[in-house]
Amino acid sequence: MQRYILGRVAQLVVSLLVVVTFVFLLSRLSGDPVLLMLDVRATEEEKQALRVHLGLDKPLPVQYAVYLAGMATGDFGRSVLSRRPVLEHIGERLPNTLMLGGVGILFSIAIGVPIGVYSAVKRGTALDHVARVFAVMGQAVPTFWLGIMLILVFGVWLGWLPPGGKSGPESFILPAITLGYFTGAAIMRLTRSSMLEVLGAEYVKFARIKGLHEQVVVWKHALKNATIPVLTFSVMLFVIFLGGAVVTETVFAWPGLGRLILEGINTRDYPIVQGGVMVFSAIYLLANLMVDILYSYFNPKIRYARPGG
Amino acid sequence: MSTVEAQRPVLVGHGLRKAWSLVRQLPPTSSILLSLVIIGAVFAEQLAPHHPTEGELRMRTRPAAWVEGGSTTHLLGTDDQGRDILSRIIYGTRISLAVSLTAVLLAGTIGTAIGLIAGYKGGFVDALLMRLADIGLSMPLILIAVVVTAVTGASFRNVILVIGSLLWPRFARQIRGETLSIKENDYIALARVAGRSGTYIVWRHIFPNVVPSLLVVSTLQVAYVILVEGSLSFLGVGVPPPHPAWGLMIAEGRQLVWTAPWVAGFPGIAMGLTLLAMNMFGDWLRDKLDPKLRQV
Repeated sequence: MQRYILGRVAQLVVSLLVVVTFVFLLSRLSGDPVLLMLDVRATEEEKQALRVHLGLDKPLPVQYAVYLAGMATGDFGRSVLSRRPVLEHIGERLPNTLMLGGVGILFSIAIGVPIGVYSAVKRGTALDHVARVFAVMGQAVPTFWLGIMLILVFGVWLGWLPPGGKSGPESFILPAITLGYFTGAAIMRLTRSSMLEVLGAEYVKFARIKGLHEQVVVWKHALKNATIPVLTFSVMLFVIFLGGAVVTETVFAWPGLGRLILEGINTRDYPIVQGGVMVFSAIYLLANLMVDILYSYFNPKIRYARPGG
Repeated sequence: MSTVEAQRPVLVGHGLRKAWSLVRQLPPTSSILLSLVIIGAVFAEQLAPHHPTEGELRMRTRPAAWVEGGSTTHLLGTDDQGRDILSRIIYGTRISLAVSLTAVLLAGTIGTAIGLIAGYKGGFVDALLMRLADIGLSMPLILIAVVVTAVTGASFRNVILVIGSLLWPRFARQIRGETLSIKENDYIALARVAGRSGTYIVWRHIFPNVVPSLLVVSTLQVAYVILVEGSLSFLGVGVPPPHPAWGLMIAEGRQLVWTAPWVAGFPGIAMGLTLLAMNMFGDWLRDKLDPKLRQV
């Protein structure tokens, strides 16, 4: 187990290095940021002075070394536009992304687990069929479209909820539903199948023979054991949410990290893009690592299925 | 000679019956939907009632035909440039299919080659290639794709290249696993004893056996790529305007959601139905060809 985790951590470091190098090379290919920062009337001397100031006059390997050292120490430079440290920008936006992810996970579990349990207990009934259609739809509806339609119904037509931006708790509802529908559907499928498995187990039959109330059997005895895969999956939800954060945050004008990166791209504010992608990828890779460790903990076969692992 | 002549009609009839029994086994809903998508993509010029990118300004933001103010010349209404939404959706199937099929072909080719090599060679090569695949799998795919296409410029080619090159590990993992188990068969050992080269064995004996799972993974990945391409186009870094990509249409319709919600509404329904059909078809194919693959 230890060896497996160590191997996975080493892999995380390599992955991060790949991302960082990649972003560095890309940002150097995307045009001269100096032209964007200065007035069109700026003289060649002024441009050159700024290049020297930003370190852009040095050879690429030197720039890369400086950049890597900065990344390692958490110094991502300053935003080209606001001139504030990139870390400050990220610090403002990151909590919003994480909070939205958390609310989305809660929402997915809140709808996925009960519907999955009912669907398993009432297997083959109309309710089961409705639930399964709901789950299949959840895998197919594009999240950005669902978000817009929710805005249309609840924001525009009914006027119940804010159509975008982050204000009070009510501003979480639409983005959380948008994020949570896809994953809630997946949780529902997972809960249903693991409940079906558990409900057929001997100890559940025994609990019934003992004369325990059916509700107690289902919700206490059976669900308890059906939750292990669901809990592990919940961490994976976080990974999925982060993966889609750029899109959801754009739909709801949510001031999160994904949107910050996209804004950075649109304004060619490359320190923002570099820092944002770095932090975002680090969190994403860490969450991915947690998923793998949890899975291998619950299912030791995984550890041995890897070459040389 | 005469017997062959006599047999021919029987053979043709048999072939037709076999084909028909295969068709009858197809899942009806997803097959019909997918056929519509493919027909729409192939015959877009013939089917679309209007030009996909040229609009009539005096017909701006008309609602669907059955809504008050709509007309039958524009069944699903028009957008803010007077372009016919139905025609754009029909042409959009072409973009979605072209991008997703090419990207999956690219990723599938790279992934299958790497999976076969890793599985057959084993040892250091296997470890190295699979570590690479792990790194690829752990990346935030959409974010990376957004950054790359934003920097390299939004175009068909870049979208396909980016998605294709990020997707190969999904194929490589699956194919490697299959190769590992196929390799254990006696006929592989025999082929080796007979002096066949590694390339020959992989190509003639192993590859044909991984084709079923390759088909299953490909179908499911096509759906995924349609979704990713849609997301990229929605964010403005995918297929560039004025192409009628569904994601782009939804993004344009988003600005009009207050006044003309159908502009974003219909392309999303088209996309959702396509993804639904693709996923259902993939699930069916998986159960049909290889029940082992249930976890994919």
